[in-house]
Amino acid sequence: MPRFSLRRVGAVARKEVLHLRRDRLTGGMIAGIPLMMTLLFGYAINQDIRHLRAGIADLAGTQRARWLAADAQATQVIDLVTQVGSARELEALLARGDISVGLLIPADFDERIARRDRTAAQLLVDGGDPIVLGAARTLTALPLATRDPPRADAAPVFELRAFYNPERRSAVHIVPGICGVILALTMVLFTAIAIVRERERGNLELLITTPVQSPELMLGKILPYIAIGYVQISLILGLGVLLFDLPIRGSLADFYTAAGAFVVASLSLGLLISTLAESQFQAFQMTFTSFLPQIMLSGYMFPFEGMPWPAQWLAEIFPLTHFLRIVRGIVLRGASLGDVAGQLWPLALFFAVTITIAALRFRKRLD
Amino acid sequence: MSADAAIVTRGLTRRFGARVAVDRLDLAVPRAQVSGFLGPNGSGKSTTMRMLCGLLTPSAGEARVLGLSMPRDAETLRTRLGYMTQRFSLYEDLSVRENLEFLAAIHDLPAREGHARIDARLAEFALAPHADQLAGSLSGGQRQRLALAGAILHEPELLVLDEPTSAVDPQSRRDFWETLFELAERGVTILVSTHFMDEAERCHQLAILDRGRLVASGPPVRLLAELEDAVVEVETEAPRAARDALEPLPAVRGTAQLGSRLRVLLDPALAEPAGAVEAALAASGIAARARRAAPSLEDVFVAATRSHEAEA
Repeated sequence: MPRFSLRRVGAVARKEVLHLRRDRLTGGMIAGIPLMMTLLFGYAINQDIRHLRAGIADLAGTQRARWLAADAQATQVIDLVTQVGSARELEALLARGDISVGLLIPADFDERIARRDRTAAQLLVDGGDPIVLGAARTLTALPLATRDPPRADAAPVFELRAFYNPERRSAVHIVPGICGVILALTMVLFTAIAIVRERERGNLELLITTPVQSPELMLGKILPYIAIGYVQISLILGLGVLLFDLPIRGSLADFYTAAGAFVVASLSLGLLISTLAESQFQAFQMTFTSFLPQIMLSGYMFPFEGMPWPAQWLAEIFPLTHFLRIVRGIVLRGASLGDVAGQLWPLALFFAVTITIAALRFRKRLD
Repeated sequence: MSADAAIVTRGLTRRFGARVAVDRLDLAVPRAQVSGFLGPNGSGKSTTMRMLCGLLTPSAGEARVLGLSMPRDAETLRTRLGYMTQRFSLYEDLSVRENLEFLAAIHDLPAREGHARIDARLAEFALAPHADQLAGSLSGGQRQRLALAGAILHEPELLVLDEPTSAVDPQSRRDFWETLFELAERGVTILVSTHFMDEAERCHQLAILDRGRLVASGPPVRLLAELEDAVVEVETEAPRAARDALEPLPAVRGTAQLGSRLRVLLDPALAEPAGAVEAALAASGIAARARRAAPSLEDVFVAATRSHEAEA
């Protein structure tokens, strides 16, 4: 029985690099996907919603009503694009999707304000999109009749200060997330096709009659992609800093160390897929099956805290969940490696378990 | 069975579901000789070779290869075995030299030794001018030489070649066989499968497989000498009609058409086989000339597969 040989690990790794150099499509994916996605999403995704199309039905027609409309417009949350004469017409506009927000000012608006016993006006909001609903809700905090002299009891109870992202720019939140999402896709994909490709091209029958051992093969297949993972991380962070003023508050060395754990965890998941899949097409399918729950449940799209406990428990398994906490911790909040240690051991465990199963599943037999 | 045989199998059997691919095979492959598996596609040649290389687990029976029990000791065999698959299985997107360098490293050859061997093999197999060419752009003959160079890079004691010449021109085939004999002379045991009769004839030892069963084995000369049947070659304008006329006769054991000629295997008890065939054809109104012929390996093959049919 041949002993574990670093030389064989190196031979497999070197061969993978040669494949990569000759495979333009994969080579293009290494730089192309991070560049494209970071630019596209960095500019396109904006959770700080402004300029919602709005309509107004001003049934009062008083000075105060006009002040309210002007103040609402001034928040930039809504753009008053149309004016109608009744609540019914406003509802019709909302139903057709012409507007997302309707501002209904009743005829007795001034009296309601004076008596202070009922809400003075109504906001009609398309509740189908929770983010729009959340944005519109900020309008309800609008102080009434701002032309009145300031009064002591008008001060709000809370003042909101957004730590680490004071301007509340979405790109600052989005770019670190994109970094994780892109790696969770490309890292898994690269290794998912690594073994099944040998099978499809007929190389496997030769490879398994050589003394190469399963752990040597697994390690050799992963090594080159660790370097590629770091290239992608650097590209995305670089773009983030250059184009989106992404602050890097923690130590880069800490971040790269912690990110390595995520990279190897994702790569070993790919290898496991590669030992399960019969064809490259199946490997693609399985990769996307693993990818979708990761982006949905990891806290990238929706807040982790809002999910029921089984979903949270499941998400704790996913490498992306831990990477998002690492990248937000170190890059945005200036946390240290020690602060994110709680995310490192689940990644290490994930890596150990998946690569062991992959190595055990890879048999040097054809039956 | 000699104790020092390179490969010995007893009752070696492999089933795929209900299909029996290899059926109770007893083999003894001597060392330092070229031994051949002859048989049509689906006769179990590849399956047997894969079991001998430890790639497939036998359903029943046992196989000892270089004194090692398969598939239990497969990993120990790897360092002493060279295997050339039927389909080209080196990396098409790697150059000739890169492929060999990969194999040298996988076999843990010291770097200096590896490079010396690679240069020697490149020269020996006329691949030196193509060393930096991608393997995928090589011709059939060049690929086959590269595959063989890769299979013997670690200087194995046993070389298993699964239909190595099926995609190769005749001149390359001849050169390839010369190389095999050189290797055998240096002490390498070679097991090669083929469906070419001329290649089968060149083997030291031959095993004829048919539907998973060993139907004849021995040196080709002995197989020819042991053929009981009388062989008659018929020349006629209408070989197919002649065949249809002859096959129902009880003394006729088999026929094979070769262009306008028909080879007929007959019961050896027949006193005057050529005359009997001519008479039988004349009776059916077919003009033909028949004469006794020396048996060929093809005749041996036809006879061997037929007797197996009768048994089954």
